[in-house]
Amino acid sequence: MKRIALLGMPNTGKSTLFNRMTGGAARVGNWPGITVELLSGKILLGSDIVELIDLPGIYDLHGFSDDEQVVRHFLHDNVPDLALVILNATQIERQMSLLLQLKQLNMNIVVLLNMADEAKKYGITIDSRKMAEMLDMPIFLVSGKYGTGYQDVLQAITKALRYPTPGMAEQLRSQLEEDEHIESEMARVLRHAVQVPAQLPENITEKLDRVMLHPWLGLPLFFGIMYLLFQGIFFLGQPLQGWVGEGLGWLRGTALDPAFAGLPGWLSGLLLDGIYNGVATVAAFIPIIILFFLFMAMVEDSGYLSRAAFLMDALMAKMGLDGRGFVMLLMGFGCNVPALMGTRVMRSRSLRLLTMLVIPFSLCSARLQVFVFITAALFSSGAAPIVLFTLYLFSFAAAIVTALLFRKNFQNTEPFVLELPPYRFPTLRQMLLRGWLEVKHFLRRATQFIIAGVVLVWLLTHLPPSAAPASAGTLAGMIGSMLHPIFAPIGINDQLTIALIFGFVAKEIVIGSLAVIYGLSGDALGTALGQQLDWVQAYSFMLFTLIYTPCLSAIATLRSESKDLRYTLLTILWSLGLAWFVSLVFYQGARALGY
Amino acid sequence: MSPLTLAHLNPGETATIVSIRAEEALHQRLQALGFRSGKQIELIRKASFSGPLQVRIGTTDILLRRNEAAKIKVCKS
Repeated sequence: MKRIALLGMPNTGKSTLFNRMTGGAARVGNWPGITVELLSGKILLGSDIVELIDLPGIYDLHGFSDDEQVVRHFLHDNVPDLALVILNATQIERQMSLLLQLKQLNMNIVVLLNMADEAKKYGITIDSRKMAEMLDMPIFLVSGKYGTGYQDVLQAITKALRYPTPGMAEQLRSQLEEDEHIESEMARVLRHAVQVPAQLPENITEKLDRVMLHPWLGLPLFFGIMYLLFQGIFFLGQPLQGWVGEGLGWLRGTALDPAFAGLPGWLSGLLLDGIYNGVATVAAFIPIIILFFLFMAMVEDSGYLSRAAFLMDALMAKMGLDGRGFVMLLMGFGCNVPALMGTRVMRSRSLRLLTMLVIPFSLCSARLQVFVFITAALFSSGAAPIVLFTLYLFSFAAAIVTALLFRKNFQNTEPFVLELPPYRFPTLRQMLLRGWLEVKHFLRRATQFIIAGVVLVWLLTHLPPSAAPASAGTLAGMIGSMLHPIFAPIGINDQLTIALIFGFVAKEIVIGSLAVIYGLSGDALGTALGQQLDWVQAYSFMLFTLIYTPCLSAIATLRSESKDLRYTLLTILWSLGLAWFVSLVFYQGARALGY
Repeated sequence: MSPLTLAHLNPGETATIVSIRAEEALHQRLQALGFRSGKQIELIRKASFSGPLQVRIGTTDILLRRNEAAKIKVCKS
């Protein structure tokens, strides 16, 4: 099968174009010579099926960033039959260097000048015919946003693929170093084929930025926008979540329970109480995840993320992070998993790892659900909101302490130099496509983990068969008493310990598991907890729940995003250790003060 | 007196890049973004709390921290 590599600088609309060409039917794959996964998709061109690979956006073919090395190694070990090079027409005068670098590799090239519509607004005129003549390669003006100009491009690609690849030059590296040649050729082509007005006309971006990046108004506006975003996600998502939960419960009651009634008790228990209930708990969160990705795609594509990074960078720099890290922390308050995946925008690996170490301390919606339940049971209605607020403060404090302690180990050499794209308002189609791709990726990975996790939890609470489910005689009960010496000093009893083990899989299960352990539900469970625990024990339990590992999905994401088992273990051990230490200091301190 | 750098400019001021003194990786990155000696550069705004700068070269807007900007010598035009 012939291979087409999609190449270009960041912010050229490369991924949008990729999604449009493959119709969203892309898959993630591994390639020889590189360790990161790349998106690829198969498309029909003429009578042949060809594979299109989306390479990371790069500024410079012989740069030193992770992405630039990935692209070089990919091209070296997987010579494509054609390179489809995307340039941003509004920045043609600096993007052409990449094109000329690629041209020197003797590859088969078709060039797309994207954002032709924006260039026109700027008053930039590009004579693509003349440029094509001078560079001796097919060049097309297109608009990824409006989808114009594609038919000609597809024809040109089909035609170009008929001729064999000229082949990669042997001494790639030395050729690439001919910077001076590139510079002079760039100047020559630009002088003849491109006209850029000396002063850019004042546009919407500048008017918006004058307010959005205002020295005093900028930060309050930023927090306001973030607040509205979260409100929007949960306002729209929670009813959907309820409906999905009810729907899945109804399906079980009317169809699955009768259908499985003939099976032996242990098998239907495992299938229904174990796998089905576990998966249903997670499935109910899918609407929120989808909304989350839709909103995130909108914020990211609009160009506001770079502006938020501009506003927050000064404060984050003191913690060894940068402005983008703060945005991810905020996203983590909804759900840690998409926030962890969002760190992909960072180019430096150590910066990314430090940010991913900090994100799991964000008080996500699943943990909020546990805290709301417990504060309602143990505290007066006047004190409950203040207790919740202190937990948010602990969440920030844990993130800050972690960043300050580990910034030496994850020093990033990469400077904070970031391009600020103009505001772009993504079309609905773009948002839906992006959201869908991310959700598909998330689901595939999450389901494997969740199913394994819930099966394990069910087995722990039902073996050996002689013991009553979730009693002290089961494996879970034995683990609870075995861990007694560790959890007793922080005021957490055996039953709560078992709930914490369940919480390792997902915080959504914590309250449900307490219901199973105590054999009570809803208000009755709250009353029982209120009688058994005092507020110091309950707060210590909440502190531990807040700080220790968020859930199996988050761990799986940390593992797959870092591709580093030792780092993943570090995040687990550090959060467990910190959780225990903070709870210990709180519990023993409060007891010493006579509470 | 130390020579004028990009970090010394005030919002709205335009200058010409004289030289870039940065380690190789940063140098490459800046070059790819259009920083070259002889190019006109405009400081658009500075973030509060000694935060990053927003500059414009040609049609491209770039964010960079002040210590990176201090490595770029300029002369006012």
